[in-house]
Amino acid sequence: MAHAGGPMRNVALILRRELASYFATPLAYVFIIIFLVLANAFTFYVGAFYQRGQADLRPFFMFHPWLYLFLIPALTMKLWAEERKSGSIELLMTLPLKAWEVVLGKYLAAWLFTGLALALTFPIWITVNYLGSPDNGVIFASYLGSLLLAGGFLAIGSCMSALTRNQVVAFILGVSACFVLLLAGYPMVLDAFRGWAPETLIEAIASLSLLTHFQSITRGVLELRDVLYFLMLIGFFLFTTTVAVDLRKAD
Amino acid sequence: MIKTEQLCKRYPAVTAVEDVTFEVRPGEVLGFLGPNGAGKTTTMRMLAGFVTPTSGRASICGHDVEEEPLAARQSLGYLPEGAPCYGEMRVSAFLQFIAELRRLEGARKRARLQYVIERLQLASVLERQIETLSKGFRRRVGLAQAIMHDPPVLILDEPTDGLDPNQKHEVRTLIEEMASEKIIVISTHILEEVAAVCTRAIIIARGRIVADDTPLQLTSRSRYHNAVSLQLARAEQLETARAALAGLTQVEQVEVTEREARLTALPRAGAMILQEVAALAAQQGLQLKELHLESGRLDEVFRTITA
Repeated sequence: MAHAGGPMRNVALILRRELASYFATPLAYVFIIIFLVLANAFTFYVGAFYQRGQADLRPFFMFHPWLYLFLIPALTMKLWAEERKSGSIELLMTLPLKAWEVVLGKYLAAWLFTGLALALTFPIWITVNYLGSPDNGVIFASYLGSLLLAGGFLAIGSCMSALTRNQVVAFILGVSACFVLLLAGYPMVLDAFRGWAPETLIEAIASLSLLTHFQSITRGVLELRDVLYFLMLIGFFLFTTTVAVDLRKAD
Repeated sequence: MIKTEQLCKRYPAVTAVEDVTFEVRPGEVLGFLGPNGAGKTTTMRMLAGFVTPTSGRASICGHDVEEEPLAARQSLGYLPEGAPCYGEMRVSAFLQFIAELRRLEGARKRARLQYVIERLQLASVLERQIETLSKGFRRRVGLAQAIMHDPPVLILDEPTDGLDPNQKHEVRTLIEEMASEKIIVISTHILEEVAAVCTRAIIIARGRIVADDTPLQLTSRSRYHNAVSLQLARAEQLETARAALAGLTQVEQVEVTEREARLTALPRAGAMILQEVAALAAQQGLQLKELHLESGRLDEVFRTITA
């Protein structure tokens, strides 16, 4: 039998099917519209975009972690839970595919879709360039940081979805896990470890904070360290997803 | 060839499949029979690589399902129980997706798509979303998916469930057509289906194989094998007839259905009683509406074996 293309061809086929399925249901449109409305509402009302009188997009990007915290698990909760519930996982996992190909294909489709929603915020970039002369380098880095943050959340959400067949459970697990990792460097999470855990562990946990790494990128300092952090986080959770899918596919 | 050796699947609370060993060769159509929950689906899932066996091994065309899962799956077309599908997809897009995952390309892909669409009569629903289709059409989409790459081995879990009699006939014809060159395993709880399409039947109960035989041989295990059934034109002769039949030395037992004025004479093991019964009827002056030799009742065998 011919094997033209190899594993990446399978990943691409899964990705294409997943992406098409987002747009076959209202999900894609609802997600994009809500994301755009909320992103702009926060920027102008809470972030006081005009009143600050500064030509930058800080008030726009500073709310992304909180938007993603709820919107991304809403997107990922169905990734595996729905396949389990409808039984289509049996069809998928008995085709000549490796588990990681399916995991990666589904993940990349979700990331591409989030990237599309993020790209559709371009009017605010045009606006700020029209109103003043912002540092477009910082804006570009911030967009990249936002995309990486979304990617991290998506990987966490994918993993949580693989653990259950109930989408609501997947959503709640997803939000909780994202929240803990987001604030890992802050007292709310660290206090839970203080007093009993060794100092090195607390420091290690603090260094896992998604928010710290995100903020360091959005300040315009695109350090390899931060990018690597996100890529490793994504890699870790996708690997865990693969293991969970492989071990628990029939449960 | 499909081969399983002492296949077992244990869950913490139950043992779903225990010590299942069999072989299926090309040209055979194997029917899996058994009460609900007997382990038919679990066994098929292990062959398809969806459920990992607790112990034992299974191979498809020489490829061990655990050691070479991809090679095993390439040789296999599989219809899962309930024919699950991606509901939001259109039939045409779904079949394209499967064809591409099955590495079909160019002219071969077009030919296979055309074949499955024609063979399963899907042309009229190609642009419909799968979730809007009737149960019968959904089952046919699942079958189309399974035979897409013309695999040497087909495993179909309840392929005719939910189909109307015409569609059932169509699917059985399809299975018969493919039977000569392929290995086909179907599960069903419709006994007549086994007699109609299978060359061999395995009955599973409580996770174990309790019978492995041809449908004909299974039927002959029935108490009704070679029994003679007669229906009287006049119900008042029923008692006379019953007494006369019971008097025959070769008759083991006589069953009476009063509503239909029907008597069934069960022979002693190995005896042929048709001639004797016919002669007796003439001698007693019984007016017969019907007289026939029974080949056996599969449902009765099934109940006896799985009870």
